[in-house]
Amino acid sequence: MDLHDLTAGYALDALDDDERARYEEHLASCESCREELQGFWEVSAALGRAAGGPMPPPSLRARILEQARSERPNVVPLRRRVATPVLATAAAVAAVVAVALGVWSLGVSNDLDDANDALAVLSDPNARVQTTADGEANLVVTPTGDAALVVRMLAPAPNGKDYEIWVFEDGVPKPAGLFEGPGVAMLSRRVAPGQTVAVTLEPDGGLDAPTGDAIFTASL
Amino acid sequence: MPVRARDLAHLSDEALVALVSRSDESALAELYDRIGGTAYGLAYRVLRDEALAEDAVQEAFLGLWRSAGSFVPERAKASTWILTLVHRRAVDVVRREQRRRTEPLEAAPEPAEGSAEEAAWLRLDRERVQAALAQLPDQQREAIELAYYGGYTQSELADRLGQPIGTIKSRMFAGLARLRELLDDERERTSWTSTT
Repeated sequence: MDLHDLTAGYALDALDDDERARYEEHLASCESCREELQGFWEVSAALGRAAGGPMPPPSLRARILEQARSERPNVVPLRRRVATPVLATAAAVAAVVAVALGVWSLGVSNDLDDANDALAVLSDPNARVQTTADGEANLVVTPTGDAALVVRMLAPAPNGKDYEIWVFEDGVPKPAGLFEGPGVAMLSRRVAPGQTVAVTLEPDGGLDAPTGDAIFTASL
Repeated sequence: MPVRARDLAHLSDEALVALVSRSDESALAELYDRIGGTAYGLAYRVLRDEALAEDAVQEAFLGLWRSAGSFVPERAKASTWILTLVHRRAVDVVRREQRRRTEPLEAAPEPAEGSAEEAAWLRLDRERVQAALAQLPDQQREAIELAYYGGYTQSELADRLGQPIGTIKSRMFAGLARLRELLDDERERTSWTSTT
């Protein structure tokens, strides 16, 4: 099937789950579909604004704000937290939509395979999401251990430096990929339950063992 | 210290999203005040159920809360992103619940009044889109309305309308492309009235 002609159906949310997953994977590597989709999405949003319908009850506003407050990034370092499927799904959907809209850079060297792999991780409904202690990054891990790091707020790496990702295996940090700033980075190692992932700033190209301070840590 | 909601009134939606990405609750509240009513109206139109519509809006705004840092304003409107999240959620729920919606082609219910200014803008927007929809060939309009407001997949539409799936896809594509043209033309003609 030609995935290009799913663009209109995708913009209208008229694809079934299977078609949607395949189309999202396709989007990561198809600039012309992303462009077309952006235009179609503006149209479907216009349809949304024209929907009419009643006003929400005043209690909804308070409930959303209260729930948001309770999800404020936690400040206990390395606290373990199991994401519920609902939470994982909402975050992953928002992330995939953002990537598809082209509003989210893929952080890893524009490598298309990595981009596809990262999208697959983000769109896996069974993936678990772990927020780093400072709330500035999410570690998303599928049941098979494939992992992507979603970095929201981070200064771009200075000249001559890269951010390096580490996965602690039996307490020993092993290199798991490089990135340069906010975006989505695909980890080159699998992450198992109980393992810790950390990010440090290292010389260009990365090292075999970390020398910098941990900028992010997250434990699954 | 979060600023008070009224201090945010002059900020664009996109600037508010940037604040939300820094966990600013008052920015989330302001965005809800601007877009929540439209979002709920859309969710209700698809779901025809108050509790489910509230749930869809809540999930979308919490998705925004968790992922606002991923939004880059040059590429899309913040309200488009939010409405896309709301619609996705509403359609997923309508399919899961098998809540097959009465007849989605019926006229949109009249919205309740918000502020006078907001109501005027929304009404203009709605009239503009409805005028554009009215210019589409019937079959294209039908495919788009059933899909977007009814939550039907293209395969379900093919069954329902007794057409090959390829025909449904073509109608959706042609209809959206035409709508995009019509809305763009309209925007150019009225751009002097725009405040954004």
